[in-house]
Order: sequence, then structure tokens, then C-alpha cells
Amino acid sequence: MDAQNASAIAVDQLVKRYKGVAAVDGITFSLAPGSVTGLLGGNGAGKTTTIAMIMGLVTPTSGTVTVLGADMPRQRYRVLHRMNFESPYVDMPMRLTVGQNLSVFAQLYAVPDIDRRIARLAADLDLTEFLDRPTGKLSAGQKTRVSLAKALLNKPEVLLLDEPTASLDPDTADWVRSHLERYRADESATLLLASHNMGEVERLCERVIIMKKGRIEDDDTPQRLLARYGRETLEEVFLDVARGRRQNEAAQ
Amino acid sequence: MSSVSDSGMEFSFNRVAAMVRRYWYLLRSSWPRILDLIYWPAVQMLMWGFLQVYISQNAGFFAQAGGVFIGSVLLWDILFRGQLGFSISFLEEMYARNLGNIMMSPLRPAEFLLALMIMSMVRLLIGMIPVSLLAIAFFGFNLWALGLALAAFFANLILTSWSVGIFVAGLLLRNGLGAESMAWTIMFLFLPLTCVYYPVAILPGWLQYFAWALPPTYVFEGMRALVIDHVFRADLMAQAFAFNIALFAAASFAFLKLLQSARVQGSLLQTSE
Repeated sequence: MDAQNASAIAVDQLVKRYKGVAAVDGITFSLAPGSVTGLLGGNGAGKTTTIAMIMGLVTPTSGTVTVLGADMPRQRYRVLHRMNFESPYVDMPMRLTVGQNLSVFAQLYAVPDIDRRIARLAADLDLTEFLDRPTGKLSAGQKTRVSLAKALLNKPEVLLLDEPTASLDPDTADWVRSHLERYRADESATLLLASHNMGEVERLCERVIIMKKGRIEDDDTPQRLLARYGRETLEEVFLDVARGRRQNEAAQ
Repeated sequence: MSSVSDSGMEFSFNRVAAMVRRYWYLLRSSWPRILDLIYWPAVQMLMWGFLQVYISQNAGFFAQAGGVFIGSVLLWDILFRGQLGFSISFLEEMYARNLGNIMMSPLRPAEFLLALMIMSMVRLLIGMIPVSLLAIAFFGFNLWALGLALAAFFANLILTSWSVGIFVAGLLLRNGLGAESMAWTIMFLFLPLTCVYYPVAILPGWLQYFAWALPPTYVFEGMRALVIDHVFRADLMAQAFAFNIALFAAASFAFLKLLQSARVQGSLLQTSE
């Protein structure tokens, strides 16, 4: 089995240009099955474009993306039912109740025994009392939990999360992180997490890929990054990278 | 996994049903949405109906050709509302910022389009059935009495409306809500060219070639032949159907190309204006 097939996600020399400007500029990485990886970077670093190419929503200018052995976006229908994603920038229809929304998406993903799956997720995510309520009437934290329930409906082997706790209060954000940790442990799923929240990345991720201007600036475990940059927190490492300080300078 | 699956051609009626359910939930959750389906067709039918009554009392030809205007307006509404019903369901996904969820799901483009076609039919029937009954009550014009001819008219008009709806959906995917006005206005280009309220012979000779390239032209000519001359022109319906097949194929091809272009341009991420 080659490296691409052994990986849950394999990205090779990936480039995306819009009108000549590189949003993603020749990045390469692969994620082992069952791993949790954080994708860090400032605004415009190329995180969302990278995730969009992994999902098959955007066609690369060059390079390849392979998810669960399928070439994206060409073979996306081979694997879309084994993937899912959650993002605060995509909503669920507001007039539909939580139960209706989850039921529609469960049917789209061909989830077996839909009612039972929804009941289980609703119990896990503390949504049972909201199942008959229109999604638009929920608070931001409740909506995030509904989006997470949608993302977990099909028990995805690959879960892509674009800032999953953006705009949540600390308590709800912590609650969401705990649930993601549990899901990963229970299902051995591969998680790729784009985030600006360094605490979240330190807690959840065993590997961190830092992007800047479409390129990968660094790629390692949180512990090794902290040691290499001589910093106490990932936030300081992130600032070093964002402000262009070299690793060895930072270490001094 | 088969190459059929790779290309996205593996069709699932279960996923189509999921999308139809999604739009049905939305429709029934809002009475203004349902009222809107009936309101404009009813206003149009009443206005043209009373105009016809007035003209028929003052002109011998129209006295003999009772129902031409009402028939025209009802058939025009099938064409217009069919496309609008298709496009509005699609626009609802953009308004709801739900398109990312849909495009990331296993739903195939053909399944998405079929669900939109079914919803266009549902919306159309909710609007047209009460309005056709009003036409009987107010003007004694029974659209349903056209029988098989009505089925032929309806099939051809709805096919055209879906083709236009599919093309507009492609434009929306490619250009975001910046192309929204096309959804509301594109069909009005068909209004003068397909000769809804007058015979094709009225048009200048060169424009008649364009008119005869549009399937609804054959339907409106056929309706006038039926109401005025009491002749069902099967030849016109067959020609309309042939043009419709070509139009539907062209619209589907354009949709797939625009979707492909949207993936290249990254438009699926940014569906606002």
C-alpha cells in the first residue's frame, strides 16, 4: 500500500491560484488515520481553501488531494458519505426544526435507523429538548451543537472542522471540545481542525500545521514546536511565525 | 468502487426524497409562502379575464374566441411559475447559507435537480389548482376541459421552465447571489418572443425564426388553435417536445459546466453577492 492510500488525507504539492494570486502555494502533508491535526494560520493563510479542496468544493490548480484513497474532487462521491464537516460559516435552514434538519441530512447520508441515531446524538449533545424547535430560534451555542450533530450523523471517518468553537462562550466551547475528544476516541476518526484558538489546538491536536501566505511554515507536534521556538504557549509560537521571526531567533 | 460512482452518476431516489422533504418542511412552515403561490396567478387571471370580457362585448372576433386570454394567462403562469418554483427552492439554499452543507453531502447534481423539479411541480399545483377553479367561477373558462391537450401543453411548458431553472441554478452557483435577478426576470424574455397573447404571424418575419426556436411558442399557438378553431395540433406539440429535449440537454450541460467552473473559481465557498 502506498503512502497516499495508507493516509486518511494526503495532500501533495497542492496549489490554488485565483487570478494568478496563490491562495495555497505548493503544500504537502498527510494525516494518519485516527489522528487529530490542527491547521493554524492568520487570516488569508490558506486554511479554508485547503479544507475546501480536501472536501472537493474547490478544484486545485495543480497538485493532488486524496481522502480515504479517493482523488478529490474527481472521485468525491466515493467518499463523501464517509466524511463530514462543521463550520460556523455554513448554516442549517432556520425555519426547519432541529429534528427536521437532522432527519433530512441523515437521509442524504443514508444513515441507517435515522430516528435512533438522532435520538442518540440529541442525548449526547444535550439537544433533546430542542428537536421540535425551529433552528433559527436557537442560541449560537445551541446552533453550533446542532451543526456538530449534523457533522456526526454519519459517524464520519474523516471530520473537517473550520473554527468549530468560533463565537462560542468558554463553557460551550469547552463542552464542544470534550465531545470532539470523545468522538475521536470512540470512532478512531481522523480530525482536521482549522482554528485561531491556540488553547483549543493545544488541547485537541497531536500535530500542528502552521500556514502563512499559502505555504506551510512549520509542521510538528505541539510539544516539539514549543521546544523549537523556546516558547511556553502555541500562541507565542503562532505570533513568532506570523511576524516572521525565525525559529532559532525565537529560541534565543 | 465503480467508475459510475466516481463520476457521480449513481442515482438515489432516497436522497431526492430527502431534499423534497426539506423544501416541503420549509413551504408548510410559512403561510405567506403558500399564499404567494396563489396570489399573483389569481390577480393575473382576474385582470386578463375581465379585460377579455370587456373586449368580447365590443368585438365580434373575441366574442367567438372566448377563453383565449384566460387560457394564455393560465398557460403562461405554468411556464413562469414552474421556473420560479424551481429557482426559488434553489435560492432558499443560498439565503439559508446551506449550500455548503448540500454540496459537501453525497447528493448528486442530478438528484438535486430532480428534487427541485418535483418542488417546482408541487408549488405550481398549489398555485394553479385554486386559480383554475376561480377561472371557472368567474368566467366559465374550464382549463381542465382541455383534457389531453392540457396534458400536452403542461408537459411542454413545465419542461421548458425546468430547463430555464436549471440554467439559472448554474448561473447562481457560478456567480452567487449577484445573479439572483436572473431568477426573477429571465422568463420575461419569453413573454414577447413565445407569443403568449398574440399569434406568431404578428411578429416581423426575421423574429419569427427566433420565436419558432422556443418550445412554448408551439404551445401557445396550439392553445389558440384549440380554443378558436377547435383543432388539437399534435404536430405542434411534437415539435415543441423535440425542441424541449434539445433545450433540456443544453441546460443540463450548461449547469454541469457552470458547476465545474464554480469549483475552479471557488464560488461554492462564497455564494453571497
